[in-house]
Amino acid sequence: MAEDTSNADAYWKANKRLIGGCLAVWALVSYGFAILLRPLLAGIPVGGTDLGFWFAQQGSILTFICIIFFYAWKMNRLDKKFGLGE
Amino acid sequence: MSQFAINLLFVGASFALYIGIAIWARAGSTKDFYVAGGGVHPITNGMATAADWMSAASFISMAGLLASGGYANSTFLMGWTGGYVILAMLLAPYLRKFGKFTVPDFIGDRFYSNTARLVAVICLVVASVTYVIGQMTGAGVAFSRFLEVSNTWGIWIAAFIVFLYAVFGGMKGITYTQVAQYVVLIIAYTIPAVFIALELTGNPIPMFGMFSTHTESGVPLLTKLDEVVNALGFRDYTADVDNKLNMVLFTMSLMVGTAGLPHVIIRFFTVPKVADARWSAGWALVFIALLYLTAPAVGSMARLNLLTTVYPDMAGQVENYDEAIDNPILYEERPEWVRTWEETGLITYTDLNNDGRIQVYNDASDDFADTAEAQGWEGSELDVNNDILVLANPEIANLPPWVIGLIAAGGIAAALSTAAGLLLAISSAISHDLIKTMINPKISEKGEMLAARISMGGAILLATYLGLNPPGFAAQTVALAFGIAGASLFPVLMMGIFSKRVNNKGAVAGMLSGLLATLLYIFTYLGWFFVPGTEMLANTQENWILGISPLSFGAVGAMINFAVAFAVSSVTEEPPQEIQDLVESVRYPKGAGTALDH
Repeated sequence: MAEDTSNADAYWKANKRLIGGCLAVWALVSYGFAILLRPLLAGIPVGGTDLGFWFAQQGSILTFICIIFFYAWKMNRLDKKFGLGE
Repeated sequence: MSQFAINLLFVGASFALYIGIAIWARAGSTKDFYVAGGGVHPITNGMATAADWMSAASFISMAGLLASGGYANSTFLMGWTGGYVILAMLLAPYLRKFGKFTVPDFIGDRFYSNTARLVAVICLVVASVTYVIGQMTGAGVAFSRFLEVSNTWGIWIAAFIVFLYAVFGGMKGITYTQVAQYVVLIIAYTIPAVFIALELTGNPIPMFGMFSTHTESGVPLLTKLDEVVNALGFRDYTADVDNKLNMVLFTMSLMVGTAGLPHVIIRFFTVPKVADARWSAGWALVFIALLYLTAPAVGSMARLNLLTTVYPDMAGQVENYDEAIDNPILYEERPEWVRTWEETGLITYTDLNNDGRIQVYNDASDDFADTAEAQGWEGSELDVNNDILVLANPEIANLPPWVIGLIAAGGIAAALSTAAGLLLAISSAISHDLIKTMINPKISEKGEMLAARISMGGAILLATYLGLNPPGFAAQTVALAFGIAGASLFPVLMMGIFSKRVNNKGAVAGMLSGLLATLLYIFTYLGWFFVPGTEMLANTQENWILGISPLSFGAVGAMINFAVAFAVSSVTEEPPQEIQDLVESVRYPKGAGTALDH
């Protein structure tokens, strides 16, 4: 039982670390590149406007999709590794 | 065949399809009614979630807001997609593991309190009804145009149809109907966008066309658009915003609202496994992105099309924009689509300077006032309701009549599917959580279904009544609903999973303070219960606290909710051991298969 608990704790910690990493990317592309850091990216032209605009209307959405699939894939591996899957 | 007949044919055929599917898959037991028997594949579920999600706000209203606001309204794009990331990581898999029917079920059990359950029901109903108001606004616009009736009649017709089909379908009918609706709405959205992108840029893929060269003028499309709007005194389409705090908070409100809205969360109860809940969220976002990546192209191209229709001299290569604005078109020569939309009252023209021409420009700009005076203009003369843009798009681009029929069917599908999903969430909260769990546990299945249907009817009537005088364009009303859901439900759901320390008192205090603070802020600027004339302060940026708009306040409400819940929990007792064990168990997928059959 004690081993079970420490295994479960390790799984939950790994999950939280993964969530933290994914949320950092999530915030960087949306709140970062698309809004707050847009002036810094103003020098990089993309199709008649700048990179920040592209992130606001296209790039962030594409990144969100990648994040979710990456998380699902990683978590399914964690489920197996810790033997906590279904 | 007349346009009216073609519209009827397309709308009628799509309805026959949905109703056919609903009858074929008619709900048998109460469990089927709510969650489709728990056996839906992640891709199917993703598609149905996408249809559920993309409402009149996304389909009809969003491109219009992008067209008028440009970069500043990118918040809608990021907010309504970014929420899926937090949903997939912070809520969906755990709520699936918990394995009950509804959101108040989880809150009531996790916080071992019927008070918490009741407060959750209230939050859910307030957010969902606000959301349905937005759908009614959007569906009303669609029906009024395509059935050639007034806006008010359009709303009542929409209400009647939504009622019929939510009441007889239930979730199982809705899951497969919504797959069909997704297909109809995505085809309807994409086809006109492809034609328009080809026409303007020669690139058939709208999301790429938007960033390529505008064929007629030879400059990049967005540069051309900036030049044109600038020449008429508007801010550049791609201009950065000054109020970044508001932009960040608005995006965050929409994101946490996405993760807190019950009709979306309920979707993740219907997949077979916890792993499937994660994949489902990903697939849902893929299907949503197909529309969301196209919407900014539709918005920017429609704005350019509209302005170059009014000022034909601006369409090609322009040496001097000051001269290009000299010759707006004559009202007598206005295109057919302006005539047809004038009949709905959603486009109005007033010839302020009696020159028989249509002038459109930014009459609120002080910098442009001199130019306007020199031109002899006395105000912008064409008032175009943002919400008509997508529906009018095929007509603006001279596409064949069947495309117009298709977009009618798509717009109505979007409004219906979301309204039905929301009504289901409302009715299950009332019949299941309020009546069955709290008031009368001995109620028969038949009685429970009857209560569900009566509450659906009541919710539709209320939303329709308020939809006749909506607090904003469809997408703005919907954004308010997100703020409410994000401020009240999302934080307690998240704390319920990620903290073992937050207890019943903390959750109740958190939800109430988040909900009340948000509603108070919204009603101050938009009127008590959205009744016009009861607002206490004018809804302008100078009046907003720290420049935070009522639409953005949900994020602040969520922070208040978190803070209050933690503070109250920390001075009251720990949750009992069995609750801490429950929290522990939802964190691991193991054993989820049986959880649904309770």
